[in-house]
Amino acid sequence: MSDASAAPEQLPGADILSDYTVPPGTADELFDAENRMRPVWEPFLSRLADLTPDEISERIARGDQYLRDAGVYFRRYSDQTPAERDWPLSHIPVLFPEQEWDQIAAALTQRADILERIVADIYGDQTLIRDGYLPASLLADNPEWLRPMMGVRPTSGHFLHHLAFEIGRNPDGSWFVLGDRTQAPSGAGFALENRRATSRVFPGLFANINIHRLAGFFRAFQTALGAGGPQGRDIPAILTPGPGTDTYFEHVYIARYLGLMLLEGEDLTVENGRAMVRTVDGLKPVSLLWRRMDARFADPLELDEASRIGTPGLIGAIRAGHLRMVNALGSGVLETRALMAFVPRIAEAAFGTPLMMPNIATWWCGTAPERDYVIRNADRMTIGPALTTNLPFDASTVYAIAGKLGDPAQGLLPDWITRNGPQLVAQEAVTLSTTPVYDQGKLYPRPMTVRVFMARTDQGWSIMPGGYARIGMSGESTALSMQRGGLVSDVWVVADAPVANETLTPTETQQRLPENPLPSRAADNLYWLGRYVERTENKIRLLRAYHLRLEETGTPEDARVSHIAAYLQSFGADVDPATPIPPRLMLLIDTATGCASKVRDRFSVDGWIALRDLRRTLTTLEKTTKPGQDCAKAMDVLLRMLSGFAGLVQDNMYRSSGWRFLEFGRALERASSTANMLRSFTSPDAPEGSLDIAIELGDSVITHQRHYLGDPTRQSVVDLLALDIHNPRSILFQLDTIRNLLDGLPHPDAPNQMPPLQKEALRLHTELAVATPNHMTPDALHSLERALFALSVDLGATYFR
Amino acid sequence: MLYDLSLTLENNYASSTDNARNVIRILPPTLPGQQQLISGQIDISPSPDERIDRTDFFGNFVTEVAFRHPLTALTVTLKARVARGARALVMDLSPPLNGLRQELQSSTDLTPASPLHYLTASPRVTLDRPFRDFADDTVTATMTALQAVQAVGLRLHREMTFDATATDVDTPPAQAFKNRHGVCQDFSHIMIACLRSMGIPAGYVSGFLRTTPPEGQERLEGADAMHAWVRAWCGKEVGWVEYDPTNDLLVGEDHIVVGYGRDYSDVAPLKGVLRTSGGQTGTHRVDVIPVKEPRDEPMPPDCTSDI
Repeated sequence: MSDASAAPEQLPGADILSDYTVPPGTADELFDAENRMRPVWEPFLSRLADLTPDEISERIARGDQYLRDAGVYFRRYSDQTPAERDWPLSHIPVLFPEQEWDQIAAALTQRADILERIVADIYGDQTLIRDGYLPASLLADNPEWLRPMMGVRPTSGHFLHHLAFEIGRNPDGSWFVLGDRTQAPSGAGFALENRRATSRVFPGLFANINIHRLAGFFRAFQTALGAGGPQGRDIPAILTPGPGTDTYFEHVYIARYLGLMLLEGEDLTVENGRAMVRTVDGLKPVSLLWRRMDARFADPLELDEASRIGTPGLIGAIRAGHLRMVNALGSGVLETRALMAFVPRIAEAAFGTPLMMPNIATWWCGTAPERDYVIRNADRMTIGPALTTNLPFDASTVYAIAGKLGDPAQGLLPDWITRNGPQLVAQEAVTLSTTPVYDQGKLYPRPMTVRVFMARTDQGWSIMPGGYARIGMSGESTALSMQRGGLVSDVWVVADAPVANETLTPTETQQRLPENPLPSRAADNLYWLGRYVERTENKIRLLRAYHLRLEETGTPEDARVSHIAAYLQSFGADVDPATPIPPRLMLLIDTATGCASKVRDRFSVDGWIALRDLRRTLTTLEKTTKPGQDCAKAMDVLLRMLSGFAGLVQDNMYRSSGWRFLEFGRALERASSTANMLRSFTSPDAPEGSLDIAIELGDSVITHQRHYLGDPTRQSVVDLLALDIHNPRSILFQLDTIRNLLDGLPHPDAPNQMPPLQKEALRLHTELAVATPNHMTPDALHSLERALFALSVDLGATYFR
Repeated sequence: MLYDLSLTLENNYASSTDNARNVIRILPPTLPGQQQLISGQIDISPSPDERIDRTDFFGNFVTEVAFRHPLTALTVTLKARVARGARALVMDLSPPLNGLRQELQSSTDLTPASPLHYLTASPRVTLDRPFRDFADDTVTATMTALQAVQAVGLRLHREMTFDATATDVDTPPAQAFKNRHGVCQDFSHIMIACLRSMGIPAGYVSGFLRTTPPEGQERLEGADAMHAWVRAWCGKEVGWVEYDPTNDLLVGEDHIVVGYGRDYSDVAPLKGVLRTSGGQTGTHRVDVIPVKEPRDEPMPPDCTSDI
């Protein structure tokens, strides 16, 4: 038994291992059964042992920084409010020799083929049911068995294309499967990010140990999906439930990495049996969806009618043979926990291919002999719902552990099992192997399972040489210690000889990919992101002006102060000394962030972080800021942060059509709010000093001083803020921007004439270009606002439907 | 009995809906031994850009239509002639509930007619505790499955009040049951929940009732709209039995079957997903008129056997 406290002194890392005590009766990844360090770990451990605790902490911080910079987060649901938290990376990878990994690969390849045969039978002839290998009620009662998919053969010829397996190691060193993930397995992208972060913690090792790269796996699957191909082919897409889902980051990440479109159900429509993407350039066909959405939500017409995230008619497109699904709708039925009780026998007796790797011992309590066996042996089992698709260690699906019922009101265990038999499944209470976790200078053994990913390619199943390990936080090695709240770590598959340094790009000659068409929904969100960011800036300037005047005059009764207050109030931003920063401001930022969250795949990580920082800063300021000078300064801070955001958009964002919509939104909002502001602050009724405020709100104080002698007049203010083509704050400047942006947008419907949107923008631009300040009466400004509103509506009708 | 039936479904949308797609289940099928569809036609207005006529898993007729352009109103009309046989005499050869359970456990049948589809909760039927308590209070250990079905149906019919204002199409059965008020959809869902709670397979039937009763008989509830009732599986010997809890009777020649499903969601006459912000309003008219049969009117071959 491995008892590391007895480890000989010459072992690498003897010091760091001094507290590494493997629980009795448990296999360990670092030490074999004879308490010898497994050779694959030696170079890693000796390298680790050379580092001081401070150096290790510094490297760990570097890896964490990478994850934060890359925007890797994990969405958690607590108190009904979704919150993002840092990705819980354990920085010590789990190492396997290539030979062992090859055996795992062979066994899981066999299992993948068996699962494919089972699911094809379930949705086809159902001989397994008729011949008694599968109880009919496991399907009939199963929400994952989708009746509309009966008899529908996938166009690709296969139901399963991307799988994950959760595997664990027995005390005797052999492997077993804890769960099959066949619906829409997550984690392949996280595995990639773990690898990147871990390689920043241990950069030297990556050069010196022969670690298999992950890119080859992704490249093979990319080819199988038909992505990254030549122009003209339609683009495969990832179908995501949207930003509300806990793995959304991964969807964004994989879409970017593999060059796939990221679509939500709303982006799609079905026409004549073909799935089409609504884009700003019209409907574009899509023939493959890598589905990250649970099947029952995919089509509200034929599946869950309450689904708001699906696409009506999607099953029709599949039935018509024009849409390939990765994986087929209905594949989730294979995740049913009770099915584990039948897979071994199906493999052996029905298919004649005994499993190379067993799965966790499982008993369905729907038949008397199994039920009796479970009652007699319940003390070494966990019991849960037969039809759940959750993994065995998910606490929410465990009713009884070691012969004890979680809910005593259910009475005695044997009666309860007899009463509810067909609804129950029992699984062996397994012991998992342990692997090292680093904590403050020492390594400790912690239980783990490994998630292994497989993808179907033209050459058959391809296995990711790596993956990630899920690590429990307690010293116990039961499966239940793997509940939520644990860590994840990278998995290294180490070869004896150097491995090819693979990247995603196949050859040296890089081929430029066509720009994916911009889905209408993304355009819509980018446009409104632009508008709300600009609107936020506008309100911050108003608040600053208010508090500067309040400081100056010392009273909210002052005519200028109350004029600004009334103006703010007209937007629902009630400001007074008690609420120096109205809640409205946070609402605006939240709305902008909401838009940004829906276009994460098209929006830079830095831009996202800038918005988050803005929100965080405002949260702090809201608590502490006092009216007057203090608040004006706070608004200065926010304005500087916003100009950072604007700078990113201007200097760093690629000039795609997505960028055009974002900029369009900013320009239109600025034009409209400036017109509105001028109407109020240059009105003859406005209190004295309002013209100065108008220039300040238009951020043109210096410019005005430079171009006009003396105090501002209505004429000079309107000239500078409405009609000056060189002032980037003027209305005319915005219209000029809008016209340029429109020229770059697709106009599929009007090949031979100027499209209506451009005509209207030209008309507005021309009107303003030939106007003099005297023309710009409050009425004229008002009608300009209305025209801009109409332009926004037309833009929506043209591109966002 | 031969019927001419007509149905008009009219929907108006508050704001025009974009790319509407609907599935329609209103056409009665031919059911050997029970009813025969002699002719039937569904018309859609405005004319859809796509129309697919097919059957679903349970064998119901489905018409799927799609519109590319904004839609402010949709009218669906059905004209059909259907021959309906009288109710077969049911000899009660059904087993008691224990026996029924054993028959079901040994079943490996997952074809659409299999009772196995109808044993557990379905999208609109949850098996809440009050349904089970109600069933347990109603059924005694010595009853056969068929007696149990009729006992539950009769008691529901007595305790529930037919009330078109109490519920709408999306009211959960548990709520209608709590208030003991509802329409045929609620009666049926509640009865299904009670039967399934006892292990009796029970499904939802949508269909039509003849509009005017035969002379000297009372008008049945639910005849001015599409109707719904229950079918329950009473063992291999008896098979499926259809029972109308709204009117407390075994279904016979006054009922015309349109669709079979686990609950309303499987057979809703008009299902649509709208991309619209506004609401919708609908009206729905039904006429089921017996055709005066000339002496030599051919009856469908299987319809007369049990009369």
